[in-house]
Amino acid sequence: MLKNRIIPCLDVKNGRVVKGINFVDLKDAGDPVEQAKIYSDGGADEICFLDITASNENRDTIYEVVEKTSKKCFVPLTVGGGIRSIEDINKLLNCGADKVSINTAAVQNSKVVADSSKKFGSQCIVVAIDAKQNGKKWEIFTHGGRNSTGIDAIEYAKKMEECGAGELLVTSMDRDGTQVGYDIKLMSKISSKVNIPVIASGGVGNLNHLLEGIELGGASAVLAASIFHYGKHSIKEAKEYLDSKGIPVRI
Amino acid sequence: MNVTIVDYKSGNISSVINSFKEVAQNKVKIEVTSDLNKIKSSDKVVLPGQGSFKSCIDALNTINGLVETLDNFAINNKKPLLGICVGLQMFADVGFEETETKGLGWIPGKVTKIDNQNGEYKLPHIGWNEINIVKKSKIFKDIKDKSHMYFVHSYEFIPNDKNVILATTNYSSNHVCVVEKENIFGTQFHPEKSDKKGLKIINNFIDL
Repeated sequence: MLKNRIIPCLDVKNGRVVKGINFVDLKDAGDPVEQAKIYSDGGADEICFLDITASNENRDTIYEVVEKTSKKCFVPLTVGGGIRSIEDINKLLNCGADKVSINTAAVQNSKVVADSSKKFGSQCIVVAIDAKQNGKKWEIFTHGGRNSTGIDAIEYAKKMEECGAGELLVTSMDRDGTQVGYDIKLMSKISSKVNIPVIASGGVGNLNHLLEGIELGGASAVLAASIFHYGKHSIKEAKEYLDSKGIPVRI
Repeated sequence: MNVTIVDYKSGNISSVINSFKEVAQNKVKIEVTSDLNKIKSSDKVVLPGQGSFKSCIDALNTINGLVETLDNFAINNKKPLLGICVGLQMFADVGFEETETKGLGWIPGKVTKIDNQNGEYKLPHIGWNEINIVKKSKIFKDIKDKSHMYFVHSYEFIPNDKNVILATTNYSSNHVCVVEKENIFGTQFHPEKSDKKGLKIINNFIDL
């Protein structure tokens, strides 16, 4: 039976982890490789790096991070943040990323998704959807949630599936950082409308939220940051909890 | 000993390279090339594959003499070869991804889309799934039945001769995930992304 996945996400800036594990005796708390290794050894089903490097001069730092991590971690590695072109994707994959997550570039030009999934295969193209509720609808935001687009999130999700996305990483901008749980309505709306896996993101504060994301939101995978980084819960605890609730997980 | 990972410019093979280098350390030489002479002289060959069946076959055919060299290596000289994901699928006679495409024809059978049962099963089949070992093999040394491996695919290989099947996995139905025919091995899952158990499979192949 296929297992639901648990994916810890690390924020990386200028090649250093800025939001990550800070509870164990890390030799170097800013080292993405060390952090990714802790998670993969702890049973993470995948690792996600979100590159939040702001300046263009430092953008290349992520390549080095990915290259080093992929030599130490043998679970899938997804990299997102600042991906603009086929060339960016090519570079990341060559450095050892297994998947890339595309956000703003996909909204601006869906051809990036169509072309890259054709060139590299759908399996490595994740489209990241940042959505905010607006009345009864959800609207897509770009540039890390700063810019509104007026695009309906559900319609957009279907369009991205048609373009060849292999998975959708859906983040509720309303919930991100709040620790009150995923936006279940948003997740279930999208996961019921598409036939590709949905990764739920944004808002996890406890283990029950992970359960909700899968059970109520219909997510194939759940992504979380803070609850794992600050030692509130380990990946193992999360899996044992989900297992006790009858959710298939890899233990 | 040297093991050659065939680099035929299709998809992303850096994870395959990293995992083989990790397992091989310094005892085995890992080559990454499409050089025909190097492939001919290697002891073992790894055939990765990402993207569609058609794109992989097309990419193999783009390199003059590559298919013939692989044929000689695996069929005539019977040297060990491991196909990964679409690398395994290409063993078939024919694939139906994008359009009907002739495969390598090493293991008679076809590659068709997994039945999603009217949307009940999302595709691609992405994530960790258990393998059901149906036949003993050296490739499974120290690998327990029901071990988890990492899968990413929408198509499955259906061999004519069920005796080549070493393991299956359940998603929509029981489909083939490891095959062995004499010296030819293939995994539908990605051992290079399947953590310690995946690395063990790679190690077992190197140790054959």
